[in-house]
Amino acid sequence: MKEKAKGEGSALRLSTTSSDGTPPSNAAPGGAVRPSALEVAAQHAGARKLTALLVRWGVYLGAAISTAFLLFIIGYILMMGIPHIRPAMFSWTYNSVNVSLTPALINTILMVLVSLAMATPLGLFAAIYLVEYTKRGNRLVKVIRLMAETLSGIPSIVYGLFGMLLFVTTFRWGLSLMAGACTLAIMVLPVIMRTSEEALKAVPDSYREGSFGLGAGRLRTVFKVIVPSAMPGILAGIILSIGRVVGETAALMFTAGTVAEVPTSAFDSTRTLAVHMYVLASEGLHLNEAYATAVVLLVIVVLINTASAALARKMTKGQSGG
Amino acid sequence: MNTMNTMNTMISHRLPEFKETSARILFMGAACVCILAVVLICLFLLVNGVPAIAEIGLFEFLSGTTWRPASSQYGIAPMIVGSLYVTAGALIIGIPFGLLTAIYMARFASPRVLRIMRPAMELLAGIPSVVYGFFGLMLIIPLIRLFSEKVLGAGVPGMSILAASLLLGIMVLPTIITVSYASLKAVPESYYEGGLALGANHERCVFKLVVPAAGSGIMAGIILGMGRAVGETMAVIMVIGNQPRMPTGLLEGARTLTGNIVLEMGYAADLHRGALIGTAVVLFVFILLINVLFYLLSRKVRS
Repeated sequence: MKEKAKGEGSALRLSTTSSDGTPPSNAAPGGAVRPSALEVAAQHAGARKLTALLVRWGVYLGAAISTAFLLFIIGYILMMGIPHIRPAMFSWTYNSVNVSLTPALINTILMVLVSLAMATPLGLFAAIYLVEYTKRGNRLVKVIRLMAETLSGIPSIVYGLFGMLLFVTTFRWGLSLMAGACTLAIMVLPVIMRTSEEALKAVPDSYREGSFGLGAGRLRTVFKVIVPSAMPGILAGIILSIGRVVGETAALMFTAGTVAEVPTSAFDSTRTLAVHMYVLASEGLHLNEAYATAVVLLVIVVLINTASAALARKMTKGQSGG
Repeated sequence: MNTMNTMNTMISHRLPEFKETSARILFMGAACVCILAVVLICLFLLVNGVPAIAEIGLFEFLSGTTWRPASSQYGIAPMIVGSLYVTAGALIIGIPFGLLTAIYMARFASPRVLRIMRPAMELLAGIPSVVYGFFGLMLIIPLIRLFSEKVLGAGVPGMSILAASLLLGIMVLPTIITVSYASLKAVPESYYEGGLALGANHERCVFKLVVPAAGSGIMAGIILGMGRAVGETMAVIMVIGNQPRMPTGLLEGARTLTGNIVLEMGYAADLHRGALIGTAVVLFVFILLINVLFYLLSRKVRS
């Protein structure tokens, strides 16, 4: 590296002299032209500049294409979907004429509420245990982390199969909101756990020391001091999991089923918005409505991302302030 | 009277202690749910899948090239190969674009561009896979059909390994980009500055110093993307055609492991059902291998 860099430095200096209009020619007495050291160096510098230019434009091109993919997908969905959003799609009950998405939307909200009501306390408590109650190098903590990482890598169809075997078949719940919500709760558990863990870790130790110093016990310190100040980070994690629940299809096909009605009990089959869209798209009869549903899903994702970004900003601001 | 008093004080002293202990146990229990979940998932898959695999014969199950449940032929080799092809295709598309984008974001982009690009990548990561699948169904497949008619002269159905690879390539981009970007950002600034001080130009510093230093983090991102590609279900079944036969070409339809499960689970019974759960076991083993790779690499990054 050092040698090359030196070579480049001298090449730069030499190439400037050669561009002064006095081309250094090293013509041998016999008439054969040998390239001088100066010329070779200048050539190398030129080649290096060219490579740098090519590399730079390669990077620009790659980034531009990736970004173009994204903009194109979003633009395409919006362009094809917005003209097909009709008031009838939001009527209270679903039938094959109005292809209403309202029941699916309500089911999605129910699914989010039920699954997060289970996953949030579990994930938060687990994070509290990992951050506040264990010492570094604890073996149990290592096992728990490894298991959480394993869980977050399992494909959603495997969760769906597991949910079907455990909740639908073994517990005899049938295809139901409850079975789907339990499956999704296990699926988002590692997400909530990891984000809460990060948020709790970011709380300065002085908060804990201050609280202990005032005579508060560990439990009081956790719930009155640490969790409140880690709240934005924890909420960001919860919002991230809402996104996963809203977008999930494969894990729900065999746990919650595809009935397009608002359930009357927790053990009725339901269809969330993403499943609704899959059914519309795969039946092939209501493609326009599928586009419109995609727009609604996109809007939800944008809202979720905006909320989570705002919370994350609040979190970092709180840190720099505190 | 006196004893009552002492007992009262004892209780009031013990009560917080009791609360603390029970809270600790509660938190620990919550933390152990993860372990319980993994154990249960393994248990249920193995108990329901392994007997069927044993009945079919492990070798026959893994290497059999015919999947015909009606005549009790359960060979999942076509699906294994299909999954491998699609994943490889996704990575061929995803790695170069993802890596270049991450490098651009980490070392070339101005803060103003970054302020748009980072939320854009988050949005890309948040789009449900059904929406991607639908996009592929409505746009990528007609494009492939058109291309084959105009250029090759012969019409193809369009639902193919190529379509699935293109779509998955786009879908793994955000994963590869975010993880690689984070690891490129984590490289100490002194590496880059040292290179500059020695006279190397910006591009050279980035590609010869910063990128190699972030190497294992970038690998981790690629492996994470690979896991996503192997496990993706809904988007793939919408564009790949799902024929359970050995794939012979890029423009031929194929079926993946995930697709096999989701397509037939709805009506399968007995050995057929067991064979599908066995498919999930094979998929699970693949994912575990990928996880182990990821774990080893991310541990290397940390140290």
